[in-house]
Amino acid sequence: MFRTHQTTRRRGNVALATILAVGLAFLSACSGERADSTTPGASGDTVRLQGAGATFPNPLYQKWLSEYGKINPQARIDYQSIGSGGGIQQIQSQTVDFGASDTPLTNEDLEKAPGELVHIPTVLGAVVITYNLQSVAQPLRFSPDVVADIFLGKIKRWDDARIQADNPGVGLPATDISVVHRSDGSGTTAVFTDYLAKVSPEWKTKPGAGKSIDWPVGIGGKGNEGVSGQVKNTPNTIGYVELAYAVQTKLPVALIKNKSGNFVEPSLDAVTAAAAESLPTTPEDLRVSITDAAGANAYPISSYTYILVYKEQKDAAKGKALVDFLWWSIHEGERFARDLQYAPLPAEIVERASAKLNSITAGGKTLRGA
Amino acid sequence: MQNPQPTMPTPASAYGARARVWNWRRALSPTGNTGDAVFRAVLFGCALMVLLLVAAMIAAMAANSRLSLREFGFGFLTSSEWNPVTGRFGALPFIYGTIVSSLLALLVSVPVSLGVAVFLVEQAPRRLSRPITFLVELLAAIPSVVYGLWGIFVLAPVLRQYVEPPLQKWFGWLPFFQGPITGIGLLTGGIILAIMITPIISAVVRDVLAAVPVTQREAALALGATRWETTRVVLANGAPGIAGAIILGLGRAIGETMAVTMVIGNRAQISASLFEPSYTIASVIANEFTEASEAIYLSALVELGLILFLVTFIINAAARLLVWSVTRATSGAART
Repeated sequence: MFRTHQTTRRRGNVALATILAVGLAFLSACSGERADSTTPGASGDTVRLQGAGATFPNPLYQKWLSEYGKINPQARIDYQSIGSGGGIQQIQSQTVDFGASDTPLTNEDLEKAPGELVHIPTVLGAVVITYNLQSVAQPLRFSPDVVADIFLGKIKRWDDARIQADNPGVGLPATDISVVHRSDGSGTTAVFTDYLAKVSPEWKTKPGAGKSIDWPVGIGGKGNEGVSGQVKNTPNTIGYVELAYAVQTKLPVALIKNKSGNFVEPSLDAVTAAAAESLPTTPEDLRVSITDAAGANAYPISSYTYILVYKEQKDAAKGKALVDFLWWSIHEGERFARDLQYAPLPAEIVERASAKLNSITAGGKTLRGA
Repeated sequence: MQNPQPTMPTPASAYGARARVWNWRRALSPTGNTGDAVFRAVLFGCALMVLLLVAAMIAAMAANSRLSLREFGFGFLTSSEWNPVTGRFGALPFIYGTIVSSLLALLVSVPVSLGVAVFLVEQAPRRLSRPITFLVELLAAIPSVVYGLWGIFVLAPVLRQYVEPPLQKWFGWLPFFQGPITGIGLLTGGIILAIMITPIISAVVRDVLAAVPVTQREAALALGATRWETTRVVLANGAPGIAGAIILGLGRAIGETMAVTMVIGNRAQISASLFEPSYTIASVIANEFTEASEAIYLSALVELGLILFLVTFIINAAARLLVWSVTRATSGAART
């Protein structure tokens, strides 16, 4: 065609110029946007609070937000259920006003935060064993060591003598056990493995406890619905899900032998009992594991879920709104817990959590009753 | 409408521009039209955005996986251990699961997709091809989580009851069909992926075949070719486009997350048996990222993302190379 040497060289210049032009436009667009987002939104008397974290208590927290919004319309509170890990990270980096976690923070995590964090327990949850055995009508019973050995892969068959010993007179099928566990990192897994590590020395040394672990056997399902879906669909399976989920979807659940030697059916009262029985060992900062609790009626695979707030609030107005909301939650809010299948806190823990809320300050002044 | 007169340079001024002051407008567009210059700049900007995006993603992932890169080095690629409790991480089972499930998907999907496309273009009467085309395109638009739920509640039980037992009975001597039958595992993952990519591949192949000139078919028929032989001519003509469609499908299979996670069993192991549970890179990231809080754990997950990027890149490059060598050989043969 008629493209000469000069025009080809000019095309090089063209490319360079365009890169510069687009680059500059891009940069200015970015900086413009950044300037916009940092301008404080002048919103009159309303206080906006952001929270993020655990998915397990999300249905209850959303209920609280909507109920609290009715009586306190000037407080605009949002909660995003992004998972406990995300909640911990966001409260550490101070991008939210409160975080939420299904497990208490480790000392290491607490040190990473730029200020002192307070744990406020909100409700209790539990993990239940569910299974699919067509020939068995009555609920199965398990001793702690039997549960651990099934999930370790040491007990391989349903008609194992040790399972039979826990369930006298029950006709157990002569089939292999298929284990189903959670594949996604979750507080449910953390509570369940924390329990197994307490009752089985072997579990403690090998797989250990955590939100995600290296499972010795079994297949992984995503979420409570993934585990229960596979258990429901596959004969001879065993898995674990949250109590609330099991109740709502009417799964068969097993009775677990607790420290006092009683087989306890998972129920909200048995979970609250586990928390109440653990009071003597509950430390001042309320970071406690209540799995394998003593007490005749305590269900042994239970746990608190927490909201995390800074003890020293930067903004007095926001801090006051936050403390007021949390105070309402653990007092009036607890009555919504049962309907949504969460176990309410024992009275003494409500008292101790209230004291924690009273200790929260802004500019050296306490926020409650101010 | 603008008057083109002032912006349209005479040939003399265009070639004399070298000695004069740099004229940006002419520099932006050799043809000298302002509208064209702006149009060109905008298009170039769009293309540049893609490049910037890829560069930014690689940079962010490399920066965030530094800890894991330093801690595990090359061993990350060869280790099979994935233990968040002890903080030891290796990617091999995930790489294996990703590649095998995707290839399995192609193995099942490509023949079916080609069959669908050939039928729609070459054989089906119009009143049948229209609704089928519509349905194929509808299938491509179904969200993957729906496929996943269907996989758990329909596909897995069907495979467990009616497909896997006969496979094991007749082909159990092969290492691929051994082990316990659960309906969940690599085979189920591969099949669900195959179902998901079939609409995409067949829709693209259909368009490719429809674009093959009718004269090609008429020429083949005129030479006395059968329907089957004519179809082969048409397929050979559309080979590069078909390969592109397959690569597109492969890309979706490699990156697919939700549906696979729900049926593959999520177990970090390498096993020859397709009945055993497995794990893909995309699945482990989706499963564990939200609750990972330790720095090294997060870093290892990000490094997995980086590896997924590389795996996709290598497989794409290899596929293109294959296509290039095949088409070059056939077109060379056609010419002689």
